[in-house]
Amino acid sequence: MQELKKVEQTMLALNGDEAVAWAVKQSNVDVVAAYPITPQTIIVERISEFYHNGEIDIEFIKVESEHSALSASWGASIAGARAFTATAANGLALMWEILYIVASTRAPVVMAVVNRALSAPINIHNDHSDSMGARDAGWIQIYSEDAQEAYDNTIMAFRIAEEAMFPVMVTLDGFTISHTLQNVLVLPDEVVSEFVGERKVPRIKLPMIYGEKEIPLMLNPKYPVSFGPLDLYDYYFEHKVQQNEAMKASVPIIEKVHREFAEISGRSYEPVHFIPYRTEDADVILVGLSSTMSVVKKVVDELREEGKKVGAIRLRVFRPFPAEMLRKELSKFSAVGVLDRSLSFGGEGGPVFTEVRSAMYSAQSRPPIVDFVYGLGGRELPPKLIKKAFEDVLAMKEEPETPVIKYLGVRE
Amino acid sequence: MQAVWRPDIKELARKELETRPFESGHRLCAGCGAGIIVRQILMAARKPVVWINATGCVEVATTIFPYTSWNVPWAHNAFENAAAVGSGVEAAQKKLKRAGRFADDPDVELDYDIVVLGGDGGTYDIGLQSLSGALERRHKFMYVLYDNEAYMNTGIQRSGGTPFGARTTTTPVGKVIKGKPLFKKPIMDIVVAHQIPYAATVSPAYWNDAVMKFRKGFEAEGPAFIHAFSTCPLGWGSRPEDTVKLMKLAVETCVFPLYEVINGEYRLNGPSLAIAKNPDKKKPVEEYLKLQGRFRHMFKPENKWMIEKFQEWVDKQWELLLKKAGF
Repeated sequence: MQELKKVEQTMLALNGDEAVAWAVKQSNVDVVAAYPITPQTIIVERISEFYHNGEIDIEFIKVESEHSALSASWGASIAGARAFTATAANGLALMWEILYIVASTRAPVVMAVVNRALSAPINIHNDHSDSMGARDAGWIQIYSEDAQEAYDNTIMAFRIAEEAMFPVMVTLDGFTISHTLQNVLVLPDEVVSEFVGERKVPRIKLPMIYGEKEIPLMLNPKYPVSFGPLDLYDYYFEHKVQQNEAMKASVPIIEKVHREFAEISGRSYEPVHFIPYRTEDADVILVGLSSTMSVVKKVVDELREEGKKVGAIRLRVFRPFPAEMLRKELSKFSAVGVLDRSLSFGGEGGPVFTEVRSAMYSAQSRPPIVDFVYGLGGRELPPKLIKKAFEDVLAMKEEPETPVIKYLGVRE
Repeated sequence: MQAVWRPDIKELARKELETRPFESGHRLCAGCGAGIIVRQILMAARKPVVWINATGCVEVATTIFPYTSWNVPWAHNAFENAAAVGSGVEAAQKKLKRAGRFADDPDVELDYDIVVLGGDGGTYDIGLQSLSGALERRHKFMYVLYDNEAYMNTGIQRSGGTPFGARTTTTPVGKVIKGKPLFKKPIMDIVVAHQIPYAATVSPAYWNDAVMKFRKGFEAEGPAFIHAFSTCPLGWGSRPEDTVKLMKLAVETCVFPLYEVINGEYRLNGPSLAIAKNPDKKKPVEEYLKLQGRFRHMFKPENKWMIEKFQEWVDKQWELLLKKAGF
């Protein structure tokens, strides 16, 4: 990552949740509707402090459930406001029904998901089963490595959401990031404010009703529209295909916003969808998400010292999934290991693995790929286990026939 | 609250014809009470209205893509969250107005009242939590419950609003259990316990009373709740032409009394007030029950006790209401 400081930024000691709250405070948000759930609670608490101290001009709806949190966010969004909510784990699961509705009505709600294991058994610690379970709901998903990125991604999410007309989920790892104090460079208020602007409502044409007039797509008595009608077998299918095409079309928007953000912040996340680390001459690599990849990079450095040609790729944008780009990138390696922090019960490997392997099927050169499921319910992944994973992947160069799924750090 | 506004039926009809807020051609059944309620709400509007709809008959019958009956801004999200959606709309409206957003945009109007409409399933049952939360938070909108006493849209399943004895597809008249063995949930009591400024019951058969109350709901300084009684010929096994008659009989038998609760004070209205003053006017429940197929089994000699039990329950509820209203 290049650190080109274009504007004076303030270094604050913030945990990941606070970093998200700061981003919300600076991003001209109009309505926040949220409910407390560990480990997301600090986001709600900090925004409450800003609100109660008059430091943020929002309407804060302290809802009675996550289901209502997302429902109210949707109401605010289609009424023309910029809406934010945050949740985790079971809270996200409770929103399940509404996730699809928000996405399918193209409401640009931004939500921080502080990744946590799903019940049962109840467990408050980090894994990715919550947001991975929501991967098909029609939200853009961006996974953050650290508190700084959680801050940056939240700011960018408002722009991406509104330009692409899709809701955006920004994730950060529960406790590992949400509750860990880090140095975070915070941009000046006015710089963020200018970058995100105020919520702009898209203008659309409804020729049968309003002719050539471009009308604001919002609840507006001047130009009434009906949101969320009944849509049966005669139209639903086309709408779903269009939605899928629209999500693919969000790719250049996601890239553009990242590049513009790099200009004001000096923080570049090129090439946006994933970030390679020491892959130029690498033989084998590990692909994974979020904070774990910080440790993976450290292990890469150590193994490099030992002369082993290893590298890493951290996926950032999981939806839309960068299949084409990954296919090109991963074809270069002799073997690939995928790190999955969630399971798909009864499936062949975790969600990251199945996506990556599916993308690689049509590649000219297909390296063997293995899935390492790790860290469920917050289980630590120490460097020595990452080393072991690399050794397994290195061994696959010679012996590609290995089990498809391996568990890292589970007692047998 | 003293409403100075009085509905003038000619004026209301003219306004409706001019603005056509709710177009004809929707697919509600013949004799459905819900369409009448929707029109009465819109007739009572004092300014532009934004309409939030829970999943249900009204939603399904009025917005089959690519058609819509709504010439007012309308939004449907899901079944159980209409009050939460309304909360979000109201919050957005407040913030956008405060910030002067769209102030220079001639294409946008932010000065509107918010209606949230849900059926009995969406209110008594699955939507009760989000309604309670919204009432506690004091969002300024009018929540209208159109109560046709079962999940009619999915094919007549019992809800918390289904009355005792009624036959539905999930409370069939079996050999052992005949219809619904339980009574209607006291939704008005539950809502009134939230201490909101205005709550009222309406029967669309009394259009003047209904339109007045919807207007008061719009004018309330905070959340308002209107419990509107709605005949469903399909689910009740009643003749479409008896719809208005049934909505009158429900009031005349005290099955569905008309009253309002203004800042906690109960006030009986119209025919219900007349019955309170002159109890002889109260009709027996049989007159109401006998026009409906869903209660037909109760008229068999061996099931007559059900009518008695129904009557006892109605009498008890009426007595409780009389006490609250100071009689």
